[in-house]
Amino acid sequence: MRLTCPLCGPRDRREFYYYGAEDYLNRPDAGAPGSAWDDYLHNRDNPAGMTRDLWYHEQGCAQWLIVTRNTVTHAVTAVDLVAGRQGAAT
Amino acid sequence: MRIDGKGIIDRTRQARFRFDGRDYQGFKGDTLASALLANGVRLVGRSFKYHRPRGILTAGSEEPNALVEVIGKTNRTPNVRATVQEVFDGLETRSQNRMGSLKHDLLAVNDLFAPFLSAGFYYKTFMWPRAFWEKLYEPAIRRAAGLGSLSGRHDEGAYEKAWAHADLLVIGAGPAGLMAALVAARAGADVVLADENPVLGGRLIAEGGTLGGEPAAVWVAGVEAELRSLPNVRILTRTTVTGAYDDGTYGALERVGLHKPARPDLPRECFWRIVAPRAILAAGALERPIAFPMNDRPGIMMAGAVRSYLNRFGVAAGKRVTIFASTDSARATARDLVAAGVQVAAIIDPRPDASVVEEVPVHLGAEVIDTRGRHGLRSITVRKGAESFEIETDCLAMSGGWNPTLHLTSHMNVRPRWSEDLAAFVPVEGAVPGLFAAGAANGTMSTHGALTAGKAAAEAALSALGRVAGTVAVPAAEDAPYGHRAIWSVEGRGRAWLDFANDVTTKDIRQAAKESYASVEHMKRYTTQGMAPDQGKNSNVGALAVLADATGRGIPETGTTTFRPPYTPVSIAAMGAGGRGAGFAPQRFLTSDQASRDRGAPMIETGLWYRPGYFPKRGEATWKEACDREVAMVRQAVGVTDVSTLGKIDIQGKDAGRFLDFVYTNTFSTLPVGRVRYGLMLREDGMVLDDGTSARLGETHYLMTTTTAAAGLVMRHLDFVQQAFCADWDLRFISVTESWAQFAVAGPKARALLDSLLEMPIGDLPFMACAAARVGGVEARLFRISFSGEEGFEIAVPTRYGEALFRDLLARAETMGGGPYGMEALNVLRIEKGFITHAEIHGRITAFDIGMEKMVSAKKDCIGKAAAQRPGLWGPEREQLVGLKATGPISAGAHLFRPGFAVERENDQGYVTSVCWSPTLGAWLGQAFLKDGRARHGETIRLVDHLRDIDMACEVCDPVFFDPEGGRMRA
Repeated sequence: MRLTCPLCGPRDRREFYYYGAEDYLNRPDAGAPGSAWDDYLHNRDNPAGMTRDLWYHEQGCAQWLIVTRNTVTHAVTAVDLVAGRQGAAT
Repeated sequence: MRIDGKGIIDRTRQARFRFDGRDYQGFKGDTLASALLANGVRLVGRSFKYHRPRGILTAGSEEPNALVEVIGKTNRTPNVRATVQEVFDGLETRSQNRMGSLKHDLLAVNDLFAPFLSAGFYYKTFMWPRAFWEKLYEPAIRRAAGLGSLSGRHDEGAYEKAWAHADLLVIGAGPAGLMAALVAARAGADVVLADENPVLGGRLIAEGGTLGGEPAAVWVAGVEAELRSLPNVRILTRTTVTGAYDDGTYGALERVGLHKPARPDLPRECFWRIVAPRAILAAGALERPIAFPMNDRPGIMMAGAVRSYLNRFGVAAGKRVTIFASTDSARATARDLVAAGVQVAAIIDPRPDASVVEEVPVHLGAEVIDTRGRHGLRSITVRKGAESFEIETDCLAMSGGWNPTLHLTSHMNVRPRWSEDLAAFVPVEGAVPGLFAAGAANGTMSTHGALTAGKAAAEAALSALGRVAGTVAVPAAEDAPYGHRAIWSVEGRGRAWLDFANDVTTKDIRQAAKESYASVEHMKRYTTQGMAPDQGKNSNVGALAVLADATGRGIPETGTTTFRPPYTPVSIAAMGAGGRGAGFAPQRFLTSDQASRDRGAPMIETGLWYRPGYFPKRGEATWKEACDREVAMVRQAVGVTDVSTLGKIDIQGKDAGRFLDFVYTNTFSTLPVGRVRYGLMLREDGMVLDDGTSARLGETHYLMTTTTAAAGLVMRHLDFVQQAFCADWDLRFISVTESWAQFAVAGPKARALLDSLLEMPIGDLPFMACAAARVGGVEARLFRISFSGEEGFEIAVPTRYGEALFRDLLARAETMGGGPYGMEALNVLRIEKGFITHAEIHGRITAFDIGMEKMVSAKKDCIGKAAAQRPGLWGPEREQLVGLKATGPISAGAHLFRPGFAVERENDQGYVTSVCWSPTLGAWLGQAFLKDGRARHGETIRLVDHLRDIDMACEVCDPVFFDPEGGRMRA
């Protein structure tokens, strides 16, 4: 498997650390109900098809990445910087 | 039998080798199989289940029968294909899967029981009594079954792994592959050409025809010379591409040194990872056997293999050969043999309408229905219409058609497509993105067709790569239509083998169907067809056809299993090359490493770091004596220890303090410049992630310290929090762990020691403060912090000065009754003081559990704060950190029970995380998590460790055993 880091170019997956679904980016407000935190922390879809998840270019530029990929075909359709997304700023 | 003038072996270079203790002679260029055949050896192995005598079936890596052990000086490699292993002077080999000699295998008795040993026998027979399975049945079966055996020793051979990047990977160097590589190489593309064989040419070498009016070998040599002259081409011979993986990554195994006597500097094998956006699969096709009665005797071979042995190795596989084939290609076997002076007794062709042009007897519409010969073929029985007759023959060349070698195209779970025309499965385009099959691998069976397809595939690849192909002429070549008729099995009285390696016969498949294992996946698992080392390369399609027939369906409806990597077996040693012994993980050494080893300190692995355990002195018999002395030394004088392994993260920017407030539970933005604060960091789920001190070096400059264990974890966490939630803050940070060497100097004489070498005395630097300092003309950082409970400092200098400073500190300490202390003493000191490590904050622990819930600031949000407040994560039901005091040895990992209660899981009250003998307090101390522990100080609890046989009454107390007011470190 290879990922095209927006900063470093195409690299083997061994350079990356896998974290989990992009849901981790949607942090609830501090005062949100417990159910919102449960959803944020634990409840995940397990899609057969397109999914977006978080990878860390640990042996590269140390950027967190949102990888859009297909769990059935393994096709990777986009790799975006977490820091560049809408909502990354406060 | 060797034929003069035939083959591409080097007859000037002899190779003496051994097989089953006997000496034989071959030539450079021989495989073990060709050399054995040349020496008239036909019996080379015993089958898996019935221990039937077996010979050589094929001339390639698909060989199911001729598996041998190769014996080296220190190692033994089982299940080596005799058809792949090249001979060299001194090669030692042995047949396997036998009890006694190969000719008189005692387990051949299994063959007599064959009527009982059919599919499902084990499942049905060894069920009762149940207890017998583990003790009797399984050991007995395992002894009888299995193939080669290992030496039982470590494999000390050298292995390599390597990466290659190319525009185009060409898999197979037959006509299609060579043509593809040539076209792509001439256009300037980076090409990797990989082939299993030691020589290029594929079937061009095995068939020995002409290309463009010259011998095929001459054309191959010309193309090879050109490719080797080009800087953009890498040719990997003896290299099998074993797997196709995501995004144009391929695995390949190169047999680097297996064809030569072992040398320490010569790798045995190299595992390649090849990355190429485009690849051409030109792996050719595999000829398939016919399941006729008693078709497994030594001497019964594939017709194409007989041609390979003749044309490539100059070896006649028999003296009087017969052909049983429904393909036109097998007729070439007869023609080539006759031309070489080998007698061909007859051609048996089940097609009633096939041509008869050969000058040997041809029996059309006929079939072989029986064979004879105990250790090798002697005769066959042929049925033609109502009559049957016997033919004397020592070699039967068979061909039931050709299966494209499409395995790599199904490595991503796409099943191949059935072609009625070819009576074979063919690759589905796009099955592996970027991989395109060409030539016989794609069902194009003529040489001309393969050359043309190879060229077209390369042109398509070049176009996709944005390159322009030049004009390359396709040489004139054989272009006959693929004349064949599928024949899968022949009815008769004897057993007809499909899977030779696993002894699966047509009867087994029919029985599986009868017992409702009619799905191909079920049949495979019930009969073990296709599960042998050859992975069904010889038998899958035939077994499928028999199953289709038995269930009254067509082949496409019956379906097929997919192939998975690897195409041929890959040794674990090659995949793990470099990872043996010290190569298993990188090693990180402190700047003080050599100084510590000079003093005889044994090293303890902490993560990838090596840290000194203790510094033994003359007369100390055990580590504990040294540890006790070092603890006393720190408490009474001064000790020095290297703490550079702690993670150090330099954080700068106007929002640095704000950022620390967000990642720590407590507040850092209010920390004055020049001060240090202990911080607690949570995971977003509320559990403790790490702890450590952070210093404010300047208005917009902090230095965070993490634990050794979590240094990488915290860096990753900080990167995530910053990039995900506050990417626009004015903030940058970087790991400086390896930029600074840092030493803890602790004890009542610590200040005096440091003052003796700092350019300016420490003066009134308060506890939990930091300052710039100079030592020996070098800028240093001084922190007044303590992990021992004594007045303590940590001094940091740039890494390159670390060793010098460490040696200087030790020399000065020793004049004051002090010296170095190691991890053991460090651990005792911190337990005495109730400080925690990752033994305590092990991932299931909240701030509440360790009594630090007040450190979670109510005034601000932080990572983990909301989740930590969820029910179940605080309150009396939680196991809380306590201290334990005992009069005898206690152990970490022990569990706690109320006295008088049974030692059962239901009564478990908690567990112990750290223990030590405290020389300071003269007692055994522990840290433990105990249900509602903070309310139970003073209680007596029972500590039980079944593994170490410890059962001890302990007093529950506050975790801070020594100097609870902290007067010593604030002194």
